[in-house]
Amino acid sequence: MKEGNDDEIWELRLYVAGQTPKSVQAFANLKKICEEYLAGKYRIEVVDLLDNPQLAQGDQILAVPTLVRKLPPPLKKIIGDLSNTERVLVGLDVRRV
Amino acid sequence: MLSGKERTYVEHRLEKAPTGIRGFDEITQGGLPKGRTALVTGGPGTGKTMFAMEFLVKGATEFGEPGVFVSFEETADELIANSASLGLSLPELCDANLLYMDYVRVERSEIEESGEYDLEGLFIRLSHAINTVGARRLVLDTIETLFSGLSNVSILRAELRRLFRWLKDKNISTIVTGERGAESLTREGLEEYVSDCVILLDHRVTDQVSTRRLRVLKYRGSEHGTNEYPFLISDRGFMVLPITSVKLDYAVGEERVSSGIPRLDAMLGGKGFYRGSLILVSGTAGTGKTTVAASFADAACRRGEKTMYFAFEESAQQVVRNMRSIGLDLEQWTGKGILKIVGQRPTIHGLEHHLMSMQFMIDDFRPTTVVVDPVTNLSQVGSLRDVRLMLSRLVDYLKARNITILFTSLTQGGTDAELTDVGISSLADSWMKLQNLEAGGERNRGISILKSRGMSHSNQVREFLLTDQGIDLVDTYTGPEGVLAGSARVAREDDERAQEAALRLEIERLEEDRKKRRALLEDQITRLRSEYESAEKELEGRIRLEKLKMETIFRKRKEMGTSRKAET
Repeated sequence: MKEGNDDEIWELRLYVAGQTPKSVQAFANLKKICEEYLAGKYRIEVVDLLDNPQLAQGDQILAVPTLVRKLPPPLKKIIGDLSNTERVLVGLDVRRV
Repeated sequence: MLSGKERTYVEHRLEKAPTGIRGFDEITQGGLPKGRTALVTGGPGTGKTMFAMEFLVKGATEFGEPGVFVSFEETADELIANSASLGLSLPELCDANLLYMDYVRVERSEIEESGEYDLEGLFIRLSHAINTVGARRLVLDTIETLFSGLSNVSILRAELRRLFRWLKDKNISTIVTGERGAESLTREGLEEYVSDCVILLDHRVTDQVSTRRLRVLKYRGSEHGTNEYPFLISDRGFMVLPITSVKLDYAVGEERVSSGIPRLDAMLGGKGFYRGSLILVSGTAGTGKTTVAASFADAACRRGEKTMYFAFEESAQQVVRNMRSIGLDLEQWTGKGILKIVGQRPTIHGLEHHLMSMQFMIDDFRPTTVVVDPVTNLSQVGSLRDVRLMLSRLVDYLKARNITILFTSLTQGGTDAELTDVGISSLADSWMKLQNLEAGGERNRGISILKSRGMSHSNQVREFLLTDQGIDLVDTYTGPEGVLAGSARVAREDDERAQEAALRLEIERLEEDRKKRRALLEDQITRLRSEYESAEKELEGRIRLEKLKMETIFRKRKEMGTSRKAET
């Protein structure tokens, strides 16, 4: 399992642009990884840029889907449908035991 | 043979989005393609961002087209600071909803890629920005940065293609900037996506003098100048010098303007130079070129015409002081704002820069007379060919505005004065040569007219005197030893004066003689007349007496006959 403080909360935000196959898949992949590595310690917020276009500027969103790790710091970004679990773990800085 | 069928020429005028950049719209006949994407490329520091920013600012302020600036390299604050140095106030425009700035940060180290993605996020941001201000113009500066931030090139390329199509559909006039690569126009081959219009900016340093140049490499569906055009980035913005758009078709007037030297006007058919012509005054050092130029400027000011005087050898104050010594008060004109003297060392700029800054100054001041003293000093910053090219451009520019131009040209001593001007004598409409007349151990100044198109002019060399009352021209004398001037002329003048005095004396004497003779003869006539009159009286008396005698005899005889009662 992962190491680190047990009370640490992973605040993740997934930026998508509408219900595209990529965004659907990204969310599914993310959910699966979180359940496996961060069970009970994460929060996922999905932001649809079609509804809130002004939010793209703040987090410097360019590509979709983009996963942003808001917490713990520092801010991390992973783009893509998150199909490559290995890259997601590296990107989120989740170390496996 | 005529084919019978004339070739019909249907004009499909491409709509243009004027950039408002001085000179650029002239080259491209109206600006960038409206509703399409133009690529502006060039090496680092060539002014791509400033060009693009000017396009947006002018669009917003002059053409009612709000714009969006998407920067991939500089933050909004940096852009605001950089643009301020060009005299652009971006925050005001942003507040007025005429400009929207978005800084897109792409940092590879911060981004992990996992699986498929697209750039819909960028599209959404663009869309949001465009809708916020109702933008008609867009700048992407420089979108190539994406290639360094994202590793999946095939996605990137596909998305860029989609982006440009999307922009075209939205009918947004767009500038995409690109950094010039070693072998290609842009590092990532943006020109592949943007095919409507490609502008290349360049910044070169030759002989330690930097020159910026702009070239329209491609402009689909539009005519455009194909040359390299010099441009300036100054506190007054981005300015391009359209050099070859000028044709030899300026209006030519008959109006004449005084040279400021009455005797010189007399030599020029009595009326001076043509307005809007180029006057060249050449001569070796110290022959009085500046004086002739200043007199000309002074005469123009006296007529109330605005005059611009570019002094490449002296400061403005120096020109004013030196001219005061010959009785020309230029300060009164500068004080009234009729005369502007610009003193500049030629070496401070490259030729193109000079040309441009001169043109812009002229545009702002709007003079009817321009003096450049001396043009030959420009050869310090350029080859003879370049100087000549630049001057001919300046002349075209000025003539097109019917501005009368006077150039002075320094001829190096020891060479043929008529060959060594910077090759501009052929451009000149009137060419005056000032020369030193060296004879009898002294130097005197001479002036002659080598040519003056379209007017009869004197072919004489006149001596040219600088007095504290200004310039005076006097006749020279041609003797067996050549042209006489100075004391030789004075001696000759003395001779002539003596001769003249002698002749005058002789005439006076003859006149006197004539009077005396006349009086004498008239006396005689009077005497003869009175002699004649007295003789006539005497004779008349005698005749009367004789007649009386005859009558008496006749009467006595008749009385005698009656008394004798004789029959008759």
